[in-house]
Amino acid sequence: MQIKVDPSVIGQTRWYEYVVRFLFGGLITAVAGSIAKKFGAGIGGLFLAFPAIFPASATLIEKHEKQKKEEKGLRGMRRGREAASVDAAGSVMGSVGLLVFALIVWQFAPRYSTFMVLTGATVAWLTVSVLIWHVRKRA
Amino acid sequence: MSQILVRFLVGGAVVSAFAVVGDLLKPKSFAGLFGAAPSVALATLGLTVVTEGASYAATEARSMMAGAIAFTAYASFVSWVMMRYKLKALLVTICSIPLWLGVAFGLWYIWLR
Repeated sequence: MQIKVDPSVIGQTRWYEYVVRFLFGGLITAVAGSIAKKFGAGIGGLFLAFPAIFPASATLIEKHEKQKKEEKGLRGMRRGREAASVDAAGSVMGSVGLLVFALIVWQFAPRYSTFMVLTGATVAWLTVSVLIWHVRKRA
Repeated sequence: MSQILVRFLVGGAVVSAFAVVGDLLKPKSFAGLFGAAPSVALATLGLTVVTEGASYAATEARSMMAGAIAFTAYASFVSWVMMRYKLKALLVTICSIPLWLGVAFGLWYIWLR
């Protein structure tokens, strides 16, 4: 299956849906910082991998897929659920990359420049996630 | 207070950016990879290094590994439930958050405390 960029999705998303994700993202980042301040880095660090906007994104995918089906005069409930499920399965693969990201930051942050470590860790997250996705598609 | 505001604004922007990239991509299983992007970590760790130091950020990253494993469990459960039962995505994703909390804090207690 080929990877494609579909810009039409931008038009389907309402302005308040962007706002909701911004608020959730901002909120969890601020809360993660406050938790770390109050309970220490050990507890605060857990929240760096909190599924911050997962509910908002899954709901959006479900809604968009449902709408697409309904525009064709079909019931889209099942399609919407399936799309959200497939998206979540993709996130499972991405979460392995997230683990690698954390491992790299843990090991290298005290020794190298922050920019270099975060850039390297992000590239590693993407590489590992995409590799797993490819292996799963071929299997 | 100003630090919380900066975290909020940077976090909102980074999380939204990854979410938009995910929206644009097809197939959905590939787009889903971006649902587990290190967006909160990217928004937080740079600031943490500046304010608390690199060792503190490294400790946070060590705990983040437990959070990432919890994320795997959470997303697997959501995917399975959404495919198997006729439930709304919002209900499933919100009601499954305790699973993330349980796995993350459980791992922290056993492994990192």
